[in-house]
Amino acid sequence: MILNVNNASFSYDGITKQFEDISFSLGRGEILSLLGRNGTGKSTLIKCILSILRLQGGKVEIGGRRVADMRPEEIAQQVGYVPQTHHAVFPFTALDFVLMGRAPHIATFAVPKEEDYEKAEAAFARIGITPLREKCISEMSGGESQMVMIARALAQEPSLLILDEPTSHLDIGNQTKTMATIDRLAADGIAILMCTHFPDHAFLVSHTVAILEKGRLIAQGRAEDVITKENLREAYGVDICVHYIEEAGRTVCIPISPCGCRGREATTPANRHGAMIASPLAEGETNGFR
Amino acid sequence: MKTGRETGDVAVGLLRSVSREGMPIRDAVLRFIPAGKAIYLLPAALFFFSLFFGRYMMDPVETFRILTVGTANAFLDSASSLLSTLTGHQVLLPSFEQTWGASEETVVFRIRLPRVIAAMLVGGGLSIAGASFQGLFKNPLVSPDILGVSAGAGFGAAIGILLSGNPMVIQISAFFFGILAVAVAYGIGRTVGKSSTLVLVLGGIIVGSLFSAFISLTKYVADPYDTLPAIVFWLMGSLSAVANADIAAVAPPILLGSICLFLVRWRINLLAAGEEEARALGVDTKKMTALLVIASTIVTASAVCISGIIGWVGLVVPHIGRMLVGPDFRKLIPVSAVLGASFLLVVDDIARTLTAAEIPLGILTALIGAPFFAYLLTRKKVGWIS
Repeated sequence: MILNVNNASFSYDGITKQFEDISFSLGRGEILSLLGRNGTGKSTLIKCILSILRLQGGKVEIGGRRVADMRPEEIAQQVGYVPQTHHAVFPFTALDFVLMGRAPHIATFAVPKEEDYEKAEAAFARIGITPLREKCISEMSGGESQMVMIARALAQEPSLLILDEPTSHLDIGNQTKTMATIDRLAADGIAILMCTHFPDHAFLVSHTVAILEKGRLIAQGRAEDVITKENLREAYGVDICVHYIEEAGRTVCIPISPCGCRGREATTPANRHGAMIASPLAEGETNGFR
Repeated sequence: MKTGRETGDVAVGLLRSVSREGMPIRDAVLRFIPAGKAIYLLPAALFFFSLFFGRYMMDPVETFRILTVGTANAFLDSASSLLSTLTGHQVLLPSFEQTWGASEETVVFRIRLPRVIAAMLVGGGLSIAGASFQGLFKNPLVSPDILGVSAGAGFGAAIGILLSGNPMVIQISAFFFGILAVAVAYGIGRTVGKSSTLVLVLGGIIVGSLFSAFISLTKYVADPYDTLPAIVFWLMGSLSAVANADIAAVAPPILLGSICLFLVRWRINLLAAGEEEARALGVDTKKMTALLVIASTIVTASAVCISGIIGWVGLVVPHIGRMLVGPDFRKLIPVSAVLGASFLLVVDDIARTLTAAEIPLGILTALIGAPFFAYLLTRKKVGWIS
């Protein structure tokens, strides 16, 4: 097992638990998708795995060693992290940016060597973005910078790749390409843990899916077993239909009768005074975002 | 002797040499200097120029001779006395003939040399510290005194002027309070707990305004005919009083801090990419932040304690460097040092030659630097302003 999370629990203030009793493990070439609503602690869990935050209880092991006992560069040699977005202040070129991924392999007072440049170039080639090498990250589209961040994580030569919502700000085409890239990396033997807001994507690539809700994993297992109408309602608080689409050859998740949305019929003139306008909010309370 | 008019022409000429008509500055520079390497020759050329240039104009060849032969003679002299003490006999090594008068020697070795070296150390040091802080705080608008070092040093100097007036005491007091201010700012940052650099900046703002108030207080109680002008002039910055002994005192810490920042220059890239990302890339951000703060503060405090407060250099020189070599701190740190040293050298030359009285450096750095920077900004698209 590459990643082992055992009874992990964490709290920011020591009173309210952000999450507790989290246990899962991840082997070579496996993909685990972590689902759950906004603010449920997915990103916090990732930070604990990366040892940026310290667990209150339980343990995280990477390659058989507790992260709490590892030095930062030792963790970074094993784990590549792709953040949700990169806020570019200085206009580094993509090559300089990907070169940063070599940091855990470079001594504190040293600068990248020829070998590090080769590894960075290899990371570009591996996900097919070599033409972006000289482009400034501040001038990149969301899709491009996502790919460059994945390349930087690959330059670390990790055995585990952690992606925090890799597709949440990408267009539909780039989402698919990103998923394909992730799938290919897993095929090469990298263990992948990703948070996502798209249960569909879990069907596309995941070996296992876990749903985090109210600080606990409410379900964990194969995508077909975990991504069910019942589990999704518990996780997201809305009814979601899980359906296999023949034409697409895949299973998709579609929210049913979205709370308060009038839909297309309601906005056409003939139906302007139709019943849809008065469609009630779920449980009659609020459609505020949770 | 040069007139003010001619000095102005020199300044214009320097601007011209950097950029030619209608050509982006980087291209212009790269055309003249392959691979941008020759920029490192700039301070050397300016160093020599500044030795013979001034209100007391000297012959360049003569100056070169004084510098080389004089240095060689001084070296031979000390070698002679060293050999004499070692062997117990009177040993007299031959020395070169001295073809110049005592006044020339005084001008070169006692007046201009310490001042020129001080300008280079202060300018280069402030620029390196500024560049590092811009990376650390992920903000190109940061200057080396963001954590309150200048305000602290200013207060230290003011106290020194009030209580003693001895230049040595003033310098030590300025250095001490400069370090103290940053230590307090850093302490506030650490006490709040989160390792975020934002808290550190807030700490710096708190300490900075506190010490600014203290400075005002010392001005308020100072003697308006005696100590008050001294405080005001110190706060405006000048290198006119720098002596060889001052150089010997501040050069080691400035060089040491700068070398430290130079060694970690690539790691500053990682911090500049974001704290969390740096952590995920295996950087111990707490240690790294501490290292950068300590090294930059030692450099800045050492510089400020002999020069007084000189703004603008540490903020703008890194920007000019970024225009030349891009944002990569591997190149930016050395280029900032070279540009900063050159810039302050030119400004100090103007400060001592433009009028019969000295012009405070703090005035000139902005007076010359601001239009120059505006000119550069309009000439070249800058990456961080999209």
